[in-house]
Amino acid sequence: MPRVYMDANATTPLLPEVMEAMRPFWMEDFGNASSIHRQGQRARMAVDRARETLARLFNCREAEVVFNSGGTEGDNTALFGLVRPGDHLITTAIEHSAVLRAAERLEDRGAEVTFVPPLANGLIDPGAIRAAIRPHTRLISVMLANNETGVLQPVEEIGKIASEAGAFFHIDAVQGAGKVAFDVRRFGCHLLSISAHKMHGPKGVGGLYVRRGTPLEPLVVGGSHERRQRAGTENVPGIVGLGKAAELAMESIDDGAIEPLAALRDRLEAGILAISGTSVNGACAPRVANTTNIRFEQVEGEALVIALDLKGVAVSGGSACHSGSTEPSHVLMAMGLDKNAARASLRFSLLRTATEADVDHVLRIVPEAVEHLRAIAPVAAGTAG
Amino acid sequence: MTENATIAVAMSGGVDSSTVAAILAREGNSVVGLTLQLWDQTRLAGRHGIPDAPKAGRCCSLDDVYDARRVAEHLGIPYYVVNQEDRFERDVVRPFVDEYLAGRTPVPCSLCNNHIKFDQLLKTARSIGAERIATGHYAVNEYDTERRRWILKRPADLAKDQTYFLFGLTQEQLAHTLFPLGHMTKPEVRAIARQHGLKLAEKPDSQEICFVPGGDYKSFLVAYLEEQGEPVAETAGELVAATGEVMGRHEGIFHFTVGQRKGLGLASPTPLYVLNIDPASHRVTVGADSELATRELLAERVNWISIAALTEPMRVRAKIRHRHEPAWATLEPAKGAGRNSAGAGDAVLVTFDEPQRAVTPGQSAVFYDGDEVVGGGWIA
Repeated sequence: MPRVYMDANATTPLLPEVMEAMRPFWMEDFGNASSIHRQGQRARMAVDRARETLARLFNCREAEVVFNSGGTEGDNTALFGLVRPGDHLITTAIEHSAVLRAAERLEDRGAEVTFVPPLANGLIDPGAIRAAIRPHTRLISVMLANNETGVLQPVEEIGKIASEAGAFFHIDAVQGAGKVAFDVRRFGCHLLSISAHKMHGPKGVGGLYVRRGTPLEPLVVGGSHERRQRAGTENVPGIVGLGKAAELAMESIDDGAIEPLAALRDRLEAGILAISGTSVNGACAPRVANTTNIRFEQVEGEALVIALDLKGVAVSGGSACHSGSTEPSHVLMAMGLDKNAARASLRFSLLRTATEADVDHVLRIVPEAVEHLRAIAPVAAGTAG
Repeated sequence: MTENATIAVAMSGGVDSSTVAAILAREGNSVVGLTLQLWDQTRLAGRHGIPDAPKAGRCCSLDDVYDARRVAEHLGIPYYVVNQEDRFERDVVRPFVDEYLAGRTPVPCSLCNNHIKFDQLLKTARSIGAERIATGHYAVNEYDTERRRWILKRPADLAKDQTYFLFGLTQEQLAHTLFPLGHMTKPEVRAIARQHGLKLAEKPDSQEICFVPGGDYKSFLVAYLEEQGEPVAETAGELVAATGEVMGRHEGIFHFTVGQRKGLGLASPTPLYVLNIDPASHRVTVGADSELATRELLAERVNWISIAALTEPMRVRAKIRHRHEPAWATLEPAKGAGRNSAGAGDAVLVTFDEPQRAVTPGQSAVFYDGDEVVGGGWIA
């Protein structure tokens, strides 16, 4: 049975070039980048090259790039590293849990937090951010692209608001990386976090842009790695993989190779919308090219995810809870969907390498599966648990 | 129904359901493992009387999901965790709390079987392309061509008999359910688990109510209502003798169950037991053990299994709690009697040959004809 993977926003496979770039750094060039000897120097050079690449990706200085373990660490570092008890933090109700849980912990420790809700189309209104500003607002943290709807947030405008208010600005760009062009200067942010595995790089490695002069307290302390911004022996193969993935992502954005992805996504979306009782969550907002979030009326999304998986189509619905089952998406509920509507929604997120054949396959499987589910166990709106 | 149709196995992470999955998978069936996520064991943690860290080895603990996933991986079958927390709370936890507040003693396992395991699970199974479900319950179901009905029977291992909790199964549910352990004993099941290389073959059985940490239902009830932002209903009242004489006061009727001896807070030369709980006056009547015996009970919302309906008196043996030895009784239709009997199921009058101790409102009464489950209902 052919398997089609349409859950790129969860994670992506390595591209072969990334795998090849990483290969020497497991066994041959295995040195510790902090060591003086030749092995160490080779590792150091590899890390520095990756840092140059990320500086190009972000449009920043090399010294402003900090390698870490991924998006969650970047988000946690931004929030815990800047916000103190008594400070005010503005973030949104649709952030990744790496930001939301960190914000809640800051709240427990005596910071004030405003969670700005999105508009019904999933966009954060910059005016709502402006209205939330207080004299002691220390940090504004808003994501670049939402992981569940793909909606691109107006970070440039929010950056201007932050600047006027004298607040720091962090962007969780994990879902934007590799999908849209970056420019931290245009964004006006002080901090921006990305993760390698969302853009065909390895898991467990990420990068954080830290604008020079930002008084960011490190989250992980120990050795003097990463200019004392992040202790711990550098994950050299991972960093090399991140660098290569960033390079390939930039190429695909610069030369337009990523553009057909939007057309594929649109064809997939149109094909699914041909099924009755379907609608797109976040339809009327700018979105990244690879994501569509579709509500299937009278369908239990979790059952549809399982049914599709058994037929060879990997998608997701809601957010994974501790046990591995799903909970209704906090993003969709913040957009005004009720629990049942949120549960009835699935996310299709295409890999950069997706093909017409992938879309054809999914469009063969999905309508039948939806029809079957509706026939067997119709979920009446507003009544199911 | 074709023989190679997919079977969904309800996997709890325990030895019974794991062995069911192993047996069915090794027989060559197409098997999908499903674990129902019913209750977040950390949800009430830290509230008064609730342990901080949930113990392992109970329903929905992460350890159990881990065990179930490992078994599925070992057997090479697809496996998914399905979130039914909202439905479980609505159909099992909330009624459990409400029953205690109304002075009754609920049976959450039967509610779970009726509403979740054999209703929602079957729906989920069909949604994902499985026509039948299989569970690790110790019970036998078979189709009787003469009566044209699915029959539920007591299992080979009477010590593990779970038919008391299964009386609510409909014909439709019985027709689409497999109980592969019905003809086995627990030691045999453990041996099969070992043969299949299941590491959890020696895992102890779970005993207590899965969502009540430490079995302390009173703390659970208070913590749950507190979490819901609801005051605990004021049900404090008098402890009285059968004569009406006031013997003392109590702090709430949910602290009591019929037949209870401990925790009455009364000094008496002879042991005193709860005889009756009156939800209207909040009065709890106490008396001697001998006064606990009753001959009659009314069972409501009855589900019939081996018969289509009760049209005339019928001799059965009736079981009035999980650890009760079924006792001879006569069933008679009770026309329009009983509370809560709004359309759902019949009510029957159960008259025992010998008086039975501590007939407890809220428990179920299950009727047996030999090994067969005739049906059962809820004690009014």
